[in-house]
Amino acid sequence: MYAQMIKSEATQDDPEKLAAFQARIDAGEKIEPKDWMPEGYRKTLIRQIGQHAHSEIVGQLPEGNWITRAPTLERKAILLAKVQDEAGHGLYLYCAAETLGVSRDEITEMLLDGRMKYSSIFNYPTLNWADIGAVGWLVDGAAIMNQVPLQRTSFGPYSRAMIRICKEESFHQRQGYDAIRKMAEGTPEQKKMAQDALNRLWYPSLMMFGPSDKDSVHSAQSMAWKIKMNTNDELRQKFVDQTVPQAEYLGLTVPDPDLKWNEERGHYDYTDPDWSEFFDVIKGNGPCNVDRLAARNKAWDDGKWVRDGLLAHARKKAARKHAAE
Amino acid sequence: MTREDAFTQFLLQMGDNTLILGHRVSEWCGHAPVLEEDIALANTALDLIGQTQMWLGLAAEVQGDGKSADDLAFLRDAWDFRNVLLVEVPNEDFGRTLMRQFLFDAWHSIQLGRLMKSSDERVAAIAEKASKEVAYHLERSADTVVGLGDGTEESHRRMQEALDYLWPYAGEMFQSDEADAEMVKAGIAPDPASLREEYDTLVSRVLTEATLTIPESRFAHKGGRTGAMHTEHLGHLLTQMQWLQRAYPGAKW
Amino acid sequence: MKNEWPLWEIFIRGQHGMSHRHVGSLHAPDAEMAIKNARDVYTRRNEGVSIWVVEANHIAASSPSDKGPLYEPSESKVYRHPTFFDIPDEVGAM
Ligand SMILES: [Fe+2]
Ligand SMILES: [Fe+2]
Repeated sequence: MYAQMIKSEATQDDPEKLAAFQARIDAGEKIEPKDWMPEGYRKTLIRQIGQHAHSEIVGQLPEGNWITRAPTLERKAILLAKVQDEAGHGLYLYCAAETLGVSRDEITEMLLDGRMKYSSIFNYPTLNWADIGAVGWLVDGAAIMNQVPLQRTSFGPYSRAMIRICKEESFHQRQGYDAIRKMAEGTPEQKKMAQDALNRLWYPSLMMFGPSDKDSVHSAQSMAWKIKMNTNDELRQKFVDQTVPQAEYLGLTVPDPDLKWNEERGHYDYTDPDWSEFFDVIKGNGPCNVDRLAARNKAWDDGKWVRDGLLAHARKKAARKHAAE
Repeated sequence: MTREDAFTQFLLQMGDNTLILGHRVSEWCGHAPVLEEDIALANTALDLIGQTQMWLGLAAEVQGDGKSADDLAFLRDAWDFRNVLLVEVPNEDFGRTLMRQFLFDAWHSIQLGRLMKSSDERVAAIAEKASKEVAYHLERSADTVVGLGDGTEESHRRMQEALDYLWPYAGEMFQSDEADAEMVKAGIAPDPASLREEYDTLVSRVLTEATLTIPESRFAHKGGRTGAMHTEHLGHLLTQMQWLQRAYPGAKW
Repeated sequence: MKNEWPLWEIFIRGQHGMSHRHVGSLHAPDAEMAIKNARDVYTRRNEGVSIWVVEANHIAASSPSDKGPLYEPSESKVYRHPTFFDIPDEVGAM
């Protein structure tokens, strides 16, 4: 998911207030920024929304990598519109985080100096054009699994951001599937690209849901607070069940020899990703971690004079207007 | 030059300008100074790509040899491109990108205004649609040029440097040749030189507000819009843009 | 002095006759740029015909016409809508 391994904060608030707060959530009420909330709820949300926002922004990079090489004018427009949407998602989410008292610049700096994380998936490279299809199909597909239930999350601004985001996501997944389908049905070279993309992105996509439930110790509180709606394994299973037939339709092979339908469970049995690789990537040792952060830092540093310049002009203009009045 | 050839050349000029500039602007996606600018630049690029599809689509139709807009974009070599040199120079910093955008938008908006009255209905229709988009591009790039020119000392310096670098590329947009004369005769497009006065008025108003100084020299690089000589940068751009189509001929994407 | 662009709340009237509705927020150096940014951020899918912007810290809360060039262009971006892509029925919902 875009927010993996979010550790929920312990809470030491007045038990009576806490009980009333929990009762509101249980009754399906939305918590708004000015309402009383436990400090742990606020901090956990900042971390989760922030990580989600950072993922959208860093997520622009692997797909942006192909904008200038898109093979047709229409594909170029579609990809650019899609990556632009991700920038929009980051923006909506940063705004939701701001209602909790952390400004855009503050939270951005936490990403840039490594204090905050983003989803492990974006530390993998996009190496051929089919990766663009695969990212839309698999990565956006996995993200949607988690984002659809989050529309019902307890925190109002987060929920509203997710509603807006979900409206746009369906376009993302469909354009991805459409792009990879063209290739799976294309020349032998294109087919090879499509299979290669699935081979590399399958397990990283499964990792997006976070570690297995038995190793994920922090979900209970978040689930009670309705800022996490399903367990990692639940969503992962749902994703596998949905995606395998889609791969079959394309004539592509999911790179898991043990993958098979389990009649009794009514689900596919599948092989878990290599969790040691996952923890390596989280620690900063994925194929692209260093480059991704460097690209974000460069954009931020190179952009400083622009942000400062436009603000200085706005202040001058306001001062001139004031003087004229 | 026959009227048909002149018409094709004109359509390629329009379409190649938007194609190459749209490509350059799209390079910013994910790297802009602030999210709001990232999104705005992508909108500009998207508009330009859409306009490219219309201009090159019509160029292909006029050529009548069964090619598509994509064939023209992805399968011609540098000498067949007819864009002005201004749009192919690299982005460099955000200042140069926005100054290039402004210098182009100012010309583009005037040009499209004239083309809305073209004797060719297809040209007039494309111009009508594009002019709405470009009116907004111009508003935004002009405001940003003013904001950065009249911002901090550093932003002012960078914008002046951008203007000094780009100004010699502005003049090419107003050069005319016999193909243009043919278009004027047919009532399809205006004489490029006839746009200069309006352009100078517009540009100097904005640049003055931006506290920037227009270089005195009127020297103008040329060669792009006739295809006689492009910059070295165009070839690099094409190697990226055209790579998949070149490496896998005939594949459908 | 802190150099962060102020936060603006954005209100958009989606159709003639409807009232402006809060759609979200964004950052901008001043009101004019906030309107432009709102146009770029919040009307990418023909969502608006009129935009209001209010600097967030000017909003008091209880406890808890440029429309030609501004909006028409996005009508042609059909690919932004999921139904643009033909997905075979066998593949399931997407
Ligand atoms: Fe997204
Ligand atoms: Fe997405």
